[in-house]
Amino acid sequence: MEPFQTVEGGAAAMPAANIDTDVIMPKQFLKGIDRKGLARGVFFDLRFDEAGGPRETFVLNQPPWTEARFLVVGPNFGCGSSREHAVWGLAQLGIRALIGTSFAGIFFDNCARNGLLAITLPADEIETLLALAADPATCRFTIDLAEQVIEGAGRQLRFEIDASRKHALLNGLDPVGVTLARADEIRAFEAAHLAANPWLAPAAAP
Amino acid sequence: MTPPRTLYDKLVDAHTVARLDEDGSTVLLYVDRSVLNEYTSPQAFTGLREAGRQVWAPERLLGVVDHVNATTPTRTAEMPDPGGAGQVAYFARNCRDFGIELFDILHPMQGIEHVVAPELGLILPGMVVAAGDSHTTTYGAFGALGFGIGTSDIEHMLATATVVYRRLAPMQVVVDGRLPLGVTAKDVVMALIETIGADGATGCAIEFTGQTIADLSVEGRMTLCNMAVECGARGALIAPDQTVLDYLKPLARAPKGDAWTAAADAWTKLKADPEAVYARRVVLQAEAIEPMVTWGTSPDQAASVRARTPNPETEASPARRRDVARALDYMGLQPGALLEEIRIDRAFIGSCTNARIEDLREAAAVLQGRQVAEGVRAMVVPGSSAVRRQAEAEGLDRIFLNAGFEWRQSGCSMCLAMNDDVLAPGERCASSTNRNFEGRQGAGGRTHLMSPAMVAAAAVFGRITDVRRLGA
Ligand code: SF4
Repeated sequence: MEPFQTVEGGAAAMPAANIDTDVIMPKQFLKGIDRKGLARGVFFDLRFDEAGGPRETFVLNQPPWTEARFLVVGPNFGCGSSREHAVWGLAQLGIRALIGTSFAGIFFDNCARNGLLAITLPADEIETLLALAADPATCRFTIDLAEQVIEGAGRQLRFEIDASRKHALLNGLDPVGVTLARADEIRAFEAAHLAANPWLAPAAAP
Repeated sequence: MTPPRTLYDKLVDAHTVARLDEDGSTVLLYVDRSVLNEYTSPQAFTGLREAGRQVWAPERLLGVVDHVNATTPTRTAEMPDPGGAGQVAYFARNCRDFGIELFDILHPMQGIEHVVAPELGLILPGMVVAAGDSHTTTYGAFGALGFGIGTSDIEHMLATATVVYRRLAPMQVVVDGRLPLGVTAKDVVMALIETIGADGATGCAIEFTGQTIADLSVEGRMTLCNMAVECGARGALIAPDQTVLDYLKPLARAPKGDAWTAAADAWTKLKADPEAVYARRVVLQAEAIEPMVTWGTSPDQAASVRARTPNPETEASPARRRDVARALDYMGLQPGALLEEIRIDRAFIGSCTNARIEDLREAAAVLQGRQVAEGVRAMVVPGSSAVRRQAEAEGLDRIFLNAGFEWRQSGCSMCLAMNDDVLAPGERCASSTNRNFEGRQGAGGRTHLMSPAMVAAAAVFGRITDVRRLGA
C-alpha cells in the first residue's frame, strides 16, 4: 500500500448527497479477477456520454480539475454496495483523499485499506472547502496526515483520525502481515471460543 | 459490576481477540463464518496466492455463485459473458485449491448467498459473520452480527479468521403495535429509511425491538435487517426468540442432539441488559405505516403509495432542492405527481430482500386469477434453487406463469443487473429489490422499490397501485 504522508494537489467539488458505489464504479467494470484497469470506470456515466466522449459538464473533465487529487464530497459518499472496485478505481485515477461530512462504513474501511485518506469534517467546514475547491484560483490544497491538517488558500483546517488508521496510512502497512504476527493470540482465542460455543464448529455436509 | 450492555456490545466483546488501540474502539474481531461470492472475492484470493498464504479455516466458509449467472428458465452453466465466465472459473479454482465448499451454478442448493446460508442453518445466533457483500446485515434476523466487508478485508479474514473492526454506536429502533393488513416488513424498513435518511444509521449498529418485530416471521426479520444497510447501519440485530429457534431446528446444518440443546439454552440468554444505554433511539408506530414506494434514486426518497412526488421548490435547503430535482429528472417524474398514476414497463420479484418462499406466496396471492397488464414484462427470480422447488411444490409457479410472469432460475439477476437481466434506458420497473440507485438495474433504468405484493399489484394494473385496493 502506498503510504500517505504529505500530499499536495488540486481539489474538485462534488457536493451531491448519497453518491453510491454503483455511480462511482458501474457494474460493467466489476467483471475482472484482478485490481487493474479501473481508472476508466470511475464515475463512468457522469464522465462519458453515450458515444464515449467526455461530458464537458462534469467537473473532472474541466481543467484544472482533470488533475484533481482530492475530492470534496457530499454526505454519505460511497453508500451502497461493498465493491472495493470503487476505491481501486479512484486510487488509479490519482485521487489520494476524499473530504466530506460522512462516508458509508464499508467504503470508509475500503479507503483505509488502499491508502486513500477519507477525512470527515463538520458541515460548515465542508461548505468552506467546497467553495475553495470550486474556484480554480483556490482549489489547490496540501494535506499533511502527520499533523492532521488541510491547508488551502492560506486557511488551515484540522481533522481527526483514528490512531491505528493514521499509523497504517502513514506507513503503508500490509494489514494481513500485521495481524498474522498475532497468530498465536488468535489461535488461543479460537480454542477458548469454540470450547465455550461447541456448536460453532461446522456440521459436515449431509 | 459490569455496566449493562447492549446485545451488540455483547457480541463484539465475545469476539474480541485483542484491542488495537487504547480505548478499545478498534479491535481485532473474530469471524465465525463467512460466505464468498464470485465477484468480490477474486482479488482476495489473488492476494493470498501472491503472498503464499493459506486460508485459516476453510471448513467455516461457503462459496456461492450468484451475482453474474444467467437466470433463464432452463438452467445452464453457460455464463452470459466472458468476464462472468472468467470470474466463475477462477472462483471454482480458488474454492478447490483452498478447500472451500462451493455451490456452483448447477448445484441443487445454488442461490443468492443471503438466502442460501440461512436456509441451510449456517447462520446461528451469537455469531459474527463478515462477508463481501453489504447485505450481510440480513443475518441479524437470527441475532448474528453480520456486516459487509470489502475485498481487502475478505483477504484479511480468509488469512486470519479476523477483521480489524471499529466499534459502532448501538442504536435502538423500536417498532410498536400491529402492522395493518397489506403492510409488510419491507414497508417497515422503507418507512424507517425514509424517516432517518440514507445515512441515518451511519456509524451505528441497529437493534430492533418492539411488538411488531416480535410478531414478524424469521423471513420478515431477514427483509428488515437486509435493508438496514440502506440507512447506513453496518449491523442490525434482533435478539433470538422462540420463533428463531423453531425456524432453525429442522435446518440441515443446524446443530443436532446435545449440541442443539446446549446451543438453544445459550441463545435464549442472548439479549440486551434491561438498563443498556443506546447512542440513539428511534420509535415507529406500526399502525401509522402504509405500503411504501420509492420515487427517487436513493432508498430514502420514498413515500406512502397514496402520496405524491415532492416539489423541489418547497424543500428547505438548497442541497435538498438540488437532490430532489435531480432525482425527479432522472426518474422522469413531475413534482406533485400521484405515485399511483405512475405507469411501469417491468415488474421484478427477486433479490436477497424479497425472494424467499413467504415473499413468493404473498405475491402469488395477489396474482391468483389475475393477469399482468398488457405491455408489462414481469419476472420472478426465486432467491434460491430450494425456494424455487418449494414454490413449485406449492403450485406457485403455475400462478405466476398463468398470470403472465416469467418463472426463472435463482440468482441476483436484475437486482444489480450483472447478468443479462437489465432494464433498457428509460424503462421503469416495479421492483422488490433494495436499491433504486441511478443505473442500478441498467444504465438509464428507473427503479421503484416496494414489497413483492405491491410489485404484483403494479404488474396487474400496469401502474403503481396500493395493494390494499385489491383487498389483500
Ligand atoms: S440480490 Fe442484490 S442486494 Fe442481494 S446480494 Fe444479490 S446483488 Fe446484492
